[in-house]
Amino acid sequence: MSGPRFGAVPSKTTRNLILIVAGIFTIVPILAMVQFTFQIGQPVDNVQPYGVAHYIDLFNPANESTYDPLFQGVQNSLVIALFTVLIVLVLLLPTMILIELKFPRMRKVLEFICLIPLTIPTVVLVVGFIPAYQTVAQIFGATPYTLAFAIGVICLPYAFRPIATNLAAVEVTTLSEAARSLGASWFEVMWRVILPNLRRGILSAVLLTVAVVLGEYTIAAFLSQTTFQTALLLIQQTDPYAGVIFSVFALVFVFILLVVIGRFGTFRVRGSRPSRRKRTIS
Amino acid sequence: MTAAVTTASATTARGAGKPSRRRTAIWLGLTPFAIYVILFLAIPAVLAVGSGFFTSTGSFTFANFSALADPGVQGDYLGTVALSAFTAVVGAIFGALICLALLATNPTGGLRTAIDSASSVLAQFGGVMLAFAFIATVGANGIITQFLVHAGLTSNVFSSFNHNGALLYQVAGLSLPYLYFQVPLMVLTFMPAMEGLKATWGEANATLGGTRFTYWTRIGFPILAPAFFGSVILLFANSFSSYATAAALISQGGLISLDIRGFINSETVVGHQNAAGVLALAMVVTMIVVMYLYSLLERRASRWRR
Repeated sequence: MSGPRFGAVPSKTTRNLILIVAGIFTIVPILAMVQFTFQIGQPVDNVQPYGVAHYIDLFNPANESTYDPLFQGVQNSLVIALFTVLIVLVLLLPTMILIELKFPRMRKVLEFICLIPLTIPTVVLVVGFIPAYQTVAQIFGATPYTLAFAIGVICLPYAFRPIATNLAAVEVTTLSEAARSLGASWFEVMWRVILPNLRRGILSAVLLTVAVVLGEYTIAAFLSQTTFQTALLLIQQTDPYAGVIFSVFALVFVFILLVVIGRFGTFRVRGSRPSRRKRTIS
Repeated sequence: MTAAVTTASATTARGAGKPSRRRTAIWLGLTPFAIYVILFLAIPAVLAVGSGFFTSTGSFTFANFSALADPGVQGDYLGTVALSAFTAVVGAIFGALICLALLATNPTGGLRTAIDSASSVLAQFGGVMLAFAFIATVGANGIITQFLVHAGLTSNVFSSFNHNGALLYQVAGLSLPYLYFQVPLMVLTFMPAMEGLKATWGEANATLGGTRFTYWTRIGFPILAPAFFGSVILLFANSFSSYATAAALISQGGLISLDIRGFINSETVVGHQNAAGVLALAMVVTMIVVMYLYSLLERRASRWRR
């Protein structure tokens, strides 16, 4: 016996029972997906033959035309991810630092703006993106890379959170005033004091942005562009195995990304932001 | 303290010379982001909900609102609400149970960290890939479906539901993949509230002669209730606004978001694109109501989290 229990904490048996059931429900669809990629042909006498043929097929030059949209989609998505990360680093990050340093009262406004994309469903925004992109196409041409502007908006909440958490934990104002009084230029303050202190938040924001871009389907589908997700759905009709193999790879990739974020410990999707008020009072 | 900082920075600015011009320069620093947000968030949002009020030639009209009178659209709206409510409630209950189990784990231990990371991955795991996973599991040829067929149940719940083919390709069947991201989202949002239950409350209950039953009915449930219902609403919003998973599984209609796709891709009827705007408006209004309720409950829930 583990002694009397008073509060909400359940017994070891209850805990294990719940976690094992949850674990089974979590793992079965993923295992089902993995076993599907190893299936070869139809079952013979109710026995399903297995092998790695579908994996080898991916590298067979004869199938190039079949898999072409998929590789094109992966490539497009990676370039879009790069541009979206640039939007986060060049537009969002400096704005957040500037507001923290010079307009602390605008912090709430910025947070509100950055969380709007969670409230407006992406399908709704897309209805507005379609006419907006007719103009975008006239300026930049109809390349898939311009999707980065629209997807950047979808990424705002995910990029904002970790940077905001990091900003709240570091006394940026004090640090920058200290650096300024020691004679540092604003450039040096940014590059050598503020950015190194925000490393974790920035890294989490970048990795989450990449994860969101790779998983984005709605905007690309409505704007008829080939990205990783739209290509997956397209190729499912010609070769369902390839689509699932790539899904498994992508899932593993995103899992690693998020484990890296977890290691850095600043990532919390909807966690509460550490209160700044407390420190100010004390 | 805040006042002191403001004065200090004001002095620095004045010390540097022309304060007004410096101030303008700093304000200018905010413009690139402001322009971006206006161009790609504000304008599309306004275009989306505004397009419902115009005809395809650009004159003002309420005629598009007749789309809401369409029984098919009304049914799909109710279907979306029902699916969202079902997955929110069921997801919240299962998620809360997992949170309860997590209370008995070491907060910094490996198990907890692994479950935390898994939850954050799976809460984001929507769309085409999730659809693939469930096609392989409970689709017409999924392993569980086939297992049941081999076990003698040729017409089981997954292979034939409501005399309408495989369950997964119907709106009701969407609840399976939806729960797969709703439960982890519940774990992420509800865990802080669960951790806020103080051990001393349990001890107080015990010294006053209470049982575990009275602990839950008099302390646990009342304190957790606002946070729980707040999370239910968040899960509802999450499910209501999701699109990709449904789009990958269902080719036509059934959900309000799929109706938007139908209207936009419709080439037979002119002006249907503007009807999509009306549906978008309906979705936004629903989301605003839902998020307002959430903020009310969240305010109440945070009382116990200090």
